[in-house]
Amino acid sequence: MPKAFKTLFQEHYSIDSYGAYILPKELILQALQILLEKDNYTFLVDMTAVDYLNQKNHPERFAIVYLLRDHNFQNLITLKTYIDSSLATQSITSLFKSANWAEREIWDQYGIHFKNHPNLKRILNHKEFVGHPLRKDYPITQGQLCHKSDDLMDEMTPRLKTKGYSSQEELMFLNLGPAHPASHGTIRTFVALDGENITCAVSEIGYLHRGFEKSCENHTYNQIIPYTDRLNYCSAIMNNIGFAHAVEGILGVDLPERAKFIRVIIGELSRIIDHLVCLAAILVDMGALTNYWYLYNPREKVYDLLSKLTGARLTNSYMRIGGMSHDLYDGFEDDLKACLKEIEQGVGEALKLIEHNRIFHDRTQNVGIITKEDAINRGLSGPNLRASGVPYDLRVTAPYYHYETFEFDIALGSVGDVYDRMMVRFEEIRQSTRIIHQAMQRLPGGAICVENHAISLPPKKEVYGNIEGLMNQFKLIYEGVKVPPMEYYRAIEGANGELGFFIISDGSGTPYKVKVRPPCFYAMAAYPRLIEGSMIADAVLTLGSLNIIAGELDR
Amino acid sequence: MAVGAEAIFGESLITTKLDSAISWARESSMWPYIFGTACCAIEFMSVASSKYDISRFGAEVVRFSPRQADLLIIAGTISYKQAPILKKIYDQMSEPKWVISAGACACSGGFYDNYTTMQGIDSIIPVDVYVAGCPPRPEAFLDALLEIQKIQATQSLLEDRAKRVFKGVLDA
Ligand code: SF4
Repeated sequence: MPKAFKTLFQEHYSIDSYGAYILPKELILQALQILLEKDNYTFLVDMTAVDYLNQKNHPERFAIVYLLRDHNFQNLITLKTYIDSSLATQSITSLFKSANWAEREIWDQYGIHFKNHPNLKRILNHKEFVGHPLRKDYPITQGQLCHKSDDLMDEMTPRLKTKGYSSQEELMFLNLGPAHPASHGTIRTFVALDGENITCAVSEIGYLHRGFEKSCENHTYNQIIPYTDRLNYCSAIMNNIGFAHAVEGILGVDLPERAKFIRVIIGELSRIIDHLVCLAAILVDMGALTNYWYLYNPREKVYDLLSKLTGARLTNSYMRIGGMSHDLYDGFEDDLKACLKEIEQGVGEALKLIEHNRIFHDRTQNVGIITKEDAINRGLSGPNLRASGVPYDLRVTAPYYHYETFEFDIALGSVGDVYDRMMVRFEEIRQSTRIIHQAMQRLPGGAICVENHAISLPPKKEVYGNIEGLMNQFKLIYEGVKVPPMEYYRAIEGANGELGFFIISDGSGTPYKVKVRPPCFYAMAAYPRLIEGSMIADAVLTLGSLNIIAGELDR
Repeated sequence: MAVGAEAIFGESLITTKLDSAISWARESSMWPYIFGTACCAIEFMSVASSKYDISRFGAEVVRFSPRQADLLIIAGTISYKQAPILKKIYDQMSEPKWVISAGACACSGGFYDNYTTMQGIDSIIPVDVYVAGCPPRPEAFLDALLEIQKIQATQSLLEDRAKRVFKGVLDA
């Protein structure tokens, strides 16, 4: 527990009914410093703002919420500060580098200013955008045309100065992306080149900003599930699970055993296919096309299984609040085994091609290195963090769905380079396979949804057969699951790292606010610093190895 | 503007024969540019890989330079921020060129009816074939390709596609 923080600040903070420490905004920077330096709260999980315009009992309209974990990732602490009408507060970028982009996002979405921020500008919305869309009084459908892209020189020029370039003449400037095959769609990195070496780099994101968080505010909880599919669309069901898990946390329900095991099985399968795409894509970027077929074809096989199970190949929407839409089908186990076999084979063959391949080693080892300390300070998580040697895996540090009872190893790297990030993923595929085998063996029978018809739909027989069932169905569909008022954060280990949802519910069937903690966002923020000093070709691999998925990055 | 042989021969037998020869060649070797931004692009990966294999239809030479492509496939959500880039890419492609708008997002904004997303890319560039689905199945992508081939088969060299009247919201 945060001892130093508690002794030093006990007169200044109050604890709200949801367990958050409320501090005056003048003290936030100091408090975070104490937490970081004395209490070892080294990992800034996420930060976000809240607009309380439509909620009473709050002293000010806006508040900022900070979520931190301690150095062994066991404890989570929530700090909150209200922002007065000056709409400004201290930046915490001097303590946490990960706060840089997080604060820019808050400025962009809520219009709260951060003093001493190195470069406070919009991040998700475009340059010509007027207003702050996540404010409650911004109309959800009010789009604004963008005519011209940002030239990014406002970020590049100061960056060049820090590197000692006074004039730009000796350098060449190049845009990597957003429409570039190696940028995987929509990420733009603007680099200053000295020959083929990158001297400075700045990244721009937001090209796939789709207003997930705003859309959540006018859909019921179950209607949000399809939106979550499209966060990290390489492992859609994993996002379903993450969101449902968070809402179930607020509801305080415990899933039936069968549901938990199905979530483990399908979740791990999603992790596998996510890693498969990541590895296949980075190998293509390296010119190793053969590996692509070996790794992608098993994924195709999993698509067949998933479409049999859920009706969709990619965007499955399989989970529901309190369970899932339907049970496994007859013959699922055989199909799953066949899939796993093919995956094992594909991974084996791909590894055979690269494991002892000199070109592969030369291109990936000691490229794009991020150290342990830096990775934590920048908020990396998941395989990217584990590749740097930090054994942080929510399945182990804060187990859910009985993960503590499964036998599996955490894959760890030692250097934190492209090679480690890839190999960690290869190993995780193996470990996930182990988990699935165990879960299949232990899969119990029984219900797949909580038996509370205020949360999950009643069986059709009851809907057609008696008035109560009909009422339940009607209310659930039209009004949504009623979630008691709470401010709550809960996370799972997504394919890319800590995938968390910070949800503010208000008792109705629609969330008041949803904020995703997207693992990609923080990995991407670190990216420009990782590639400075390396060559263009290395930059491509570094990006691939971080597995940036735009849907989750930009939301 | 028709130049070369067809300009000299006008609407004669030679032109029609030449038309069908060239259409045949074009149909069987489309060079697509994938403007893939989101989930739909992941489905395109399947279209390109061995199971669905777009090369059966002669369109496997995926280009990432608009200068080298004659088929633009938009697979994914186009946000307002992305729109000027899409337009630039389209403008950089040389005639003749065709456009497939794949997926609910590209066609209509999909379920992103909010402040971020263009409600249909046909307000920025002209579209030849729309594909439904969120995401469309690989078969639907292939079907769209066949549709484009049908359009090509009916087009004459004399027709000047560059002269099509189109004015989008980003055209000054
Ligand atoms: S149409 Fe659906 S699958 Fe395609 S990009 Fe849009 S949300 Fe994703």
